Amino acid sequence: MAHSHQASGIQAGRLTADDIATNFEDLHHPFDAHEAAVAADRCYFCFDAPCMQACPTSIDIPQFIREIQGGQPTAAAKTILEQNILGGMCARVCPTETLCEEVCVRETAEGKPVEIGRLQRFATDTLMEKGVHPFTRDATTGKKVAVVGAGPAGLSAAHRLAMKGHDVVVFEHKSKAGGLNEFGIAAYKSTNEFAAREVAWLMQIGGITIEYDKGFGKGLTLDGLKADYDAVFLSIGLAGVNTLRAAGEDKDGVRDAVDFIEDVRQADELSALPVGRNVVVIGGGMTAVDAAVQSKLLGAENVTIAYRRGRDAMGASRFEQDLAASKGVKLMFNVMPREILGNGASAEIELEYTQVVDGRVTGTGETTRLAADQVFKAIGQTLEGAPQGLALVGGKIQVSDTGRTSVDGVWAGGDCASGGEDLTVTAVAEGRDAAMDIHASLMG
Amino acid sequence: MADLTTEFLGIKSPNPFWLASAPPTDKEYNVRRAFEAGWGGVVWKTLGAEGPPVVNVNGPRYGAIWGADRRLLGLNNIELITDRPLEVNLEEMTRVKKDYPDRALIASIMVPCEEEAWKKILPRVAETNADGIELNFGCPHGMAERGMGSAVGQVPEYIQMVTEWCKQYYDRPVIVKLTPNITDIRYPARAAHAGNADAVSLINTINSITSVNLDQMAPEPMIGGKGTHGGYCGPAVKPIAMNMVAEIARDPQTAQLPISAIGGVTTWRDAAEFIALGAGNVQVCTAAMTYGFGVVKEMITGLSEWMDEKGYASIQDFKGMAASNVTDWQYLDLNYVTKAKINQADCIKCGRCYAACEDTSHQAIAMSEDRVFSVKDEECVACNLCVNVCPVEGCITMEEVPTGQVDARTGEVVSGEYGNWTTHPNNPMAAE
Repeated sequence: MAHSHQASGIQAGRLTADDIATNFEDLHHPFDAHEAAVAADRCYFCFDAPCMQACPTSIDIPQFIREIQGGQPTAAAKTILEQNILGGMCARVCPTETLCEEVCVRETAEGKPVEIGRLQRFATDTLMEKGVHPFTRDATTGKKVAVVGAGPAGLSAAHRLAMKGHDVVVFEHKSKAGGLNEFGIAAYKSTNEFAAREVAWLMQIGGITIEYDKGFGKGLTLDGLKADYDAVFLSIGLAGVNTLRAAGEDKDGVRDAVDFIEDVRQADELSALPVGRNVVVIGGGMTAVDAAVQSKLLGAENVTIAYRRGRDAMGASRFEQDLAASKGVKLMFNVMPREILGNGASAEIELEYTQVVDGRVTGTGETTRLAADQVFKAIGQTLEGAPQGLALVGGKIQVSDTGRTSVDGVWAGGDCASGGEDLTVTAVAEGRDAAMDIHASLMG
Repeated sequence: MADLTTEFLGIKSPNPFWLASAPPTDKEYNVRRAFEAGWGGVVWKTLGAEGPPVVNVNGPRYGAIWGADRRLLGLNNIELITDRPLEVNLEEMTRVKKDYPDRALIASIMVPCEEEAWKKILPRVAETNADGIELNFGCPHGMAERGMGSAVGQVPEYIQMVTEWCKQYYDRPVIVKLTPNITDIRYPARAAHAGNADAVSLINTINSITSVNLDQMAPEPMIGGKGTHGGYCGPAVKPIAMNMVAEIARDPQTAQLPISAIGGVTTWRDAAEFIALGAGNVQVCTAAMTYGFGVVKEMITGLSEWMDEKGYASIQDFKGMAASNVTDWQYLDLNYVTKAKINQADCIKCGRCYAACEDTSHQAIAMSEDRVFSVKDEECVACNLCVNVCPVEGCITMEEVPTGQVDARTGEVVSGEYGNWTTHPNNPMAAE
């Protein structure tokens, strides 16, 4: 089969398997020990360090970097993991450019922050390669906690609860744990099955059982869980996807970006994964960038991200925008989809230019058309399948600072819960903090 | 363009950069490469008495400490004097001096502390037409155990005695190389002067252990599970060397004694500093061992550039200019008052000045909620720690409080009059 960018329609094998493998290599090559030493030496060990304040999990960053300087990456890893048990994944997927590295004083001084993310990865990878799990469980308390959803928030809560001596059962509606770490982020950010390896490593704490293919609507009810367990933690994510509200949305070739990203992550052979010649991604967040970039890496000829507001309003960071541009993705701003055209299958998309008036996006009436045999919707996800009886706010489960829902004995965290940005690192922090509150309440 | 030629003890060389007696100068091959690279002179690796040469260890002979990017900061060695036959060295020196008459060639010598030994070797060295000799009273490892090297340099009487023998049996300049492994460098320098030495050179290496292997529980460099102290050199020793050079340069007894400065010279600036403290030239080893002989080019161009900027036509023009400003603590002006000042435009808000001052000094820096750091003049003793720990050069400066203004810490008006400890009322020994 000839490999071609230009083959029309949605086709597999646009590039050779070797080219695709190269395209999907690690986004950032990992530090070796010497590179880490040099990078760590740039840290000023700031007083009351801004990076630490910016980290949603409050990792003691100057401390762990100093431990790398001292030649002990495993000690550094422990410092990280004490605050963030998924520190390995966060080192890969955190938008550090808008968190710790954005406020690094060296960013202020010279526009070049200490590479905190890569240093964190060096530390956590070193520890995980040793197969060491640095934490041990407290004596069993006899308390049982149910966690619904094995994504970052659920895994974080489960680990902390298990560490505190509780018995934890995690219910996962898919057949694999990890949540968005496993299914929802670009493949080049989590190579070599990292998400799965991290879950296996995390489980070494003991006291955690995962039951797959179970969830609300799949055999569980909140009342049932409340009856059977001493506490319940909900981390069910956002299962629904917003609709385009554009004509022709039902045509073949139009699909949710999250499903495409999942296909890429779960593909055994990426060269067998079909992608369009002309791909248009609607949206402006990380999901849009992940879908667009991976389309390009699979060999799509033209990939466009169409976002309805200006660049500054984009959810994806400037780093992500530049990454997309560097891979050949075209970024269009101030356009919204009007109609998907084509005979049964999408062939073209009509976009209308927009302007923002009083904070609201309105069409200007001017339109343009792009060839589009594949259209990905990346315009946000919604809470779906949450149990009845929980108070919601802004379309999410209402929680307190420590993750308490409106229902006694039920906590929630991660994307399904109110507050915080929808980031892995935020989910980890929420899971951890809810676990500590559950622990306090159980041991009262 | 500045004239870098130097005439040290009447020995001419095209620039003040000599290679010190050390591994780089052990053989004709190396020395020819050095001269081709542009070095002004060479002190040949130390010669021993005729007969079977010394032997070196066959395991590692160097240890080091590094910065984060493996920048070598300090090196130590346990190598002995030349392990090649005397005759071979003398033949090579003769050939090299003949081919490079415009470069300085000095013979370093270490033989037992017996008049006969020196009487025997000196005429042989003279035959090479070397420009002078340097007496190795410095090496602190190995040879010192045999009563040579620093074992001599630590006993001023021996220094004087051997120097006198050399002046008696050799008619060209005699330089005495001093060991820093001593409490007061002025005593061996005075002894060399009393023995009629033409110059001193310093420092030789400092006794050291560079690191401990925590798996084998032994010092590095490790020879079969054991290690020994070695001589430390390189950038890390420069401050020690500069103080010792200054001590000799400002000692009334040795102020006129020429000095060849050694110790961590890595760039032109190091050389300029040593010369400003009174050295007539400098000797280099570790920089060449780290980067190769090519480093002399930057030393030459850099020194020349700086001299042009400053308007110094020759080395003599600035030699010793800083020596007179080295004084004793008791003569420092206690009425000179400065305060730290943080330039907010340059501040990157790391807070290191705050941590250093708050934890370890005088609680003289305030930190606001939005990380603005400012100096509390009423607490600042002007210690300079904040300046030294600030990662931004020039961000924190020490500003002199002008005469007539009140020092916010003491509440006293700055008088502008010189006043030191010798006359201070708190000094029980103060002069009336």
